Amino acid sequence: MQPGAGGSAVRREGRAKLTGRALYVDDVAPPGLIHGVTIRSPVSRGTIRGLRFDPSLDWSEYTIVTAADIPGINIVKLIADDQPYLADRVVQHAEEPVLLVAHPDPMRAEAARRLITIDIDPLPPVLSMDEASEEFKRYSVVKGDVDRALSAADLVVVEGDYSTGAQEQLYIEPNGMIAVADREHGGVTVWGSMQCPYYIHGALAALLNLPEARVRVVQMETGGGFGGKEEYPTIIAGHAALLAWKSGRPVKMIYGRSEDMASTTKRHPSRTRHRTAVTRDGQLVAMDIDFVLDGGAYCTLSPVVLSRGTIHAAGPYDCPNVRVRGRVVKTNVPPHGAFRGFGAPQSIFALERQMDRVAQAVGLDPAEFRRRNFVRNGDTLAVGQTIREPVDMHALLQRALTLSGFAAKRAAFARANPSARVRKGIGLATFMHGAGFTGSGEVHLASVVTVEGAADGGVRVLAASTEIGQGTNTIFSQIAAEALGLEIDDIEIAQPDTAVVPNSGPTVASRTCMVVGKLVESAATGIRRTLVDSGYLPSTYTRAQFHHACERYIARFGDLRSTSQYTPPPNVRWDDETYTGDAYATYAWAAYVAEVSVDLVTWEIHVDDFVAVQEVGRVINPTLATGQIEGGVAQGIGWALYEDVVWREGRMANAQMTNYIMPTSMDLPPIRVYFEEVPYAGGPGGAKGIGELPMDGAAPAIFNAVAHATNLDPRDLPLTPERLLSLWAARHA
Amino acid sequence: MARLLDVLRAAGLTGTKEGCGEGECGACAVLLNGALVNSCLTPLAHAAGAAITTIEGLASDEQLHAVQQAFLDCGGAQCGICTPGMVLAAVSLLRQNPNPTEDAVREGLAGNLCRCTGYGRIFAAVLEACRRMPQATA
Amino acid sequence: MIPVLDGLDLHVPAGLDDALRMLASGDARPFAGGTDLMVLLDAGRLPPGRYVSLWELAELRGIREEPRGGVSIGALVTFSEIRRSHAMAERYPMLCAAAAQIGGVATQNRATIGGNIANASPAADAPPALVAYDAEIELLSLDGVRRLPYAGFHTGYKQMQLARGEIVSRVLLPARDRGWRDGYRKVGTRRAQAISKVCVAGSIRLDGDIVSDIRLVLGSVAPTVVRCRTAEAALRGRSITDETVDRAAQALLADIAPIDDIRSTAAYRRSVAQNLLSAFLRPADQK
Repeated sequence: MQPGAGGSAVRREGRAKLTGRALYVDDVAPPGLIHGVTIRSPVSRGTIRGLRFDPSLDWSEYTIVTAADIPGINIVKLIADDQPYLADRVVQHAEEPVLLVAHPDPMRAEAARRLITIDIDPLPPVLSMDEASEEFKRYSVVKGDVDRALSAADLVVVEGDYSTGAQEQLYIEPNGMIAVADREHGGVTVWGSMQCPYYIHGALAALLNLPEARVRVVQMETGGGFGGKEEYPTIIAGHAALLAWKSGRPVKMIYGRSEDMASTTKRHPSRTRHRTAVTRDGQLVAMDIDFVLDGGAYCTLSPVVLSRGTIHAAGPYDCPNVRVRGRVVKTNVPPHGAFRGFGAPQSIFALERQMDRVAQAVGLDPAEFRRRNFVRNGDTLAVGQTIREPVDMHALLQRALTLSGFAAKRAAFARANPSARVRKGIGLATFMHGAGFTGSGEVHLASVVTVEGAADGGVRVLAASTEIGQGTNTIFSQIAAEALGLEIDDIEIAQPDTAVVPNSGPTVASRTCMVVGKLVESAATGIRRTLVDSGYLPSTYTRAQFHHACERYIARFGDLRSTSQYTPPPNVRWDDETYTGDAYATYAWAAYVAEVSVDLVTWEIHVDDFVAVQEVGRVINPTLATGQIEGGVAQGIGWALYEDVVWREGRMANAQMTNYIMPTSMDLPPIRVYFEEVPYAGGPGGAKGIGELPMDGAAPAIFNAVAHATNLDPRDLPLTPERLLSLWAARHA
Repeated sequence: MARLLDVLRAAGLTGTKEGCGEGECGACAVLLNGALVNSCLTPLAHAAGAAITTIEGLASDEQLHAVQQAFLDCGGAQCGICTPGMVLAAVSLLRQNPNPTEDAVREGLAGNLCRCTGYGRIFAAVLEACRRMPQATA
Repeated sequence: MIPVLDGLDLHVPAGLDDALRMLASGDARPFAGGTDLMVLLDAGRLPPGRYVSLWELAELRGIREEPRGGVSIGALVTFSEIRRSHAMAERYPMLCAAAAQIGGVATQNRATIGGNIANASPAADAPPALVAYDAEIELLSLDGVRRLPYAGFHTGYKQMQLARGEIVSRVLLPARDRGWRDGYRKVGTRRAQAISKVCVAGSIRLDGDIVSDIRLVLGSVAPTVVRCRTAEAALRGRSITDETVDRAAQALLADIAPIDDIRSTAAYRRSVAQNLLSAFLRPADQK
């Protein structure tokens, strides 16, 4: 028997994945399939004059779709109505889709790319945040009076500018969709790699001018997402559907790696300016933070990314005067979008590097400085949220310091470094991450989960939340099994298919376990109550009794279903107007320590050891949770040191796995993961969100460790050997 | 010219995945006469008459190979897309070195990129498989 | 459906003569393990035409002891075979070090030393070691066999002294006297699956504390792999002091011509090339 919640049940779909039987979108091929490709703008901004088709090809063999072929609205339904599926008159960024072609032979479909010319009159593009004048969104968080606080005498004021670059999600399965359209009866179905079936569902109805009931979206096994399959798959699904609609044939669109890297969303580049005032004994008095994101050419999810980044910008510290000004600007690069952490890694990177510099300015050890300023139960965060859950940052930090040998190593490295060719350093970061949608987001989503019992005693969980590797299937099974007192194998998780499952919201924002899992728990509990209240099941029962009760109940009533809809926890209030209140129902808290070596011969930085201590509520499945933390830290290490999107004229110049450098098995340290478990009443079995948290802490801990090792002051990410050499050369010039 | 990868997949052996098409990620790795190769970089002509093991050929009926079972137990697979290539790389490694150190495991798997795990659960799985396997019968 | 690339034909020859005949006809190109050419194919940049597979040719395989001493490596020997060879590990460790750092296992199982040479990339991993070992290269065509010193084989970016119809057939490493100290270091974009940003292979022989002979070879810092003769000259006949190391590092700048590209910068390559030289000359300082 597999354990319920609290045990490391094995991954439900693990066997299928390990034997190659799991089906991803490119693994299926409906009969009569044609292959679609996207023809994209080669320039960053301009006016489309026309299209030229090389006469050497017989274009009658191809299905060709332009903006003129769109039956509904040529706008990707998201936040702002600004992004077309296919550019019509103007292009706003390089790689913007302009037309679609499809052919039964994938090689001939590919060949079309080189034989279609889009004539464009170029316009001057905006290619950096500094040149940008248009804004998509602006937020302001104000607590106390920063200007007055900063004017007080006898304070130490530390300023600093920080920047981060774009980051590619680099899921190993590239994006892909299959679409089948039925024009006669008015309907479309898409299957594909995605995080959010219902985003696509609503969008396709508008694109094809169909009632939502005539649109069906099915998630296939998905080979990683990390946010990269949150919003962009809507565009691919739309493209595949348009080709299917026009051709009447099933259409497959699978992106090659290079196209996926160059064209789809990445993590927003950022620039953060800090001005921090502290007393001479290291008490935070004021934090003035200016946070800017590069949104790229269209709005996509940028306002929400900005919101999370802005709210997390002041961190887990108690400071009486805080001002955070956040804005996301428009440039003519491919739109940036969701990526694990969603703006928080950018602002936390700046903050945690700044905190080390402030500590240094007042002569305090970085750990001691943080201890003097941690938020405690009853304190108030920058957005005015009073912490009511028990939080003990001191304990988390202490555990991380002990496990990493922080104090002893800090002293030993400082002694050995001056004469060493390989310098060593150790650094830390302390931070929190809000679980679930920001502010009133969950109330607006109003997510729904259904659990149904079958006559054979099996139980099926119906939710649109996707398994993308993070463990949704297993966690939901454990939660339902525990709520019903059953075994995990008694639980089936329905494939996310909008014709079958209710809308449990998008699979994003560390919400699946905590928010949707809670709905699974309550819907499953509803099944039990129904059976008990109707007299078919005693209040304590065996598995056999449960099966028997299901059988009899269904024989009598036809079906056995229980549905739960999100309701906010009591006392959680948020004001969208003033941007104050309970930004998140709860937070995960963490202290991370990185130990690095810096080789002064090659300027290579290697992370030698990594300790990640966090409080994420109750841990439902330790193996999966550990895997989530390790994977997030690994992406954080990649972001900090290796992953550099090289832009040339607004295009990604290194859109190949050979040249965009993610860590291999030889590049990563042992990542040591520890949990403090403090059950959270609002989560299933006491669990909170976990997925994004580990993305936040690695980069600042590493930068602080490099600063310790080298006495340099790195503030721009990624910290490639080339950048580190430049810093060293400037210092020693 | 056709790639071994495409031929395998067209034959219904879709457990072999394409992650990059340029030999960088290892998702398409198979064993060609026992040697690990990236099938995206292997022309079909070079597989003529060769014995090829894909992920589909590793388990016998419902009995998983020791490496597959250890991946399942230790959490070595997350999204699963790198998994077939990763498992074959691990099998290949253990055939050549039945008792690898963790460093040897790191090196043996360095051509197989995983974006989900940070590799930690994968190393644990390979070392666990090694503990469970009768000596040198990988 | 199996995607087949029209216009790209990989011909498997009946034997070596057949292969050489096809190559001599002029419109066919040699194809070994495919780890470079297939990447071009994926990117749509492999020139269409006929390719002749060398993979099956036994004559181009094997690591053999030469009668006059030294070792002959068939062009089709893979880097996995080089890594596993005891002769290589004992006598030519820099070549083993290079082999171990090429791609990952799957690449090493297919990538060949001949391909690494004939691909003519200045970032290739094996060539610096070959130059440092004074390797010779054997070229084969229907007209017969010729041997060249490997050091001058590459004449410019992606240029080499390979006539039409000719293939690289073997690489010959001469017997080595005792007393050489070798050092190979590849600085890549990461620790595995990496293309080099700077690579050094150095061999040095001391007579007392005087440098009696030296080879300094760098990759990825010029249109070809370069033997740094100016830097060598600054050291030969001298003892290794702070002053001579500095002078050699300065002299090195005359030997190399690094550029900015998507992987690195000229400034970084220059500085790291100098550092690698210093570190090679002063290994005792290495910590």
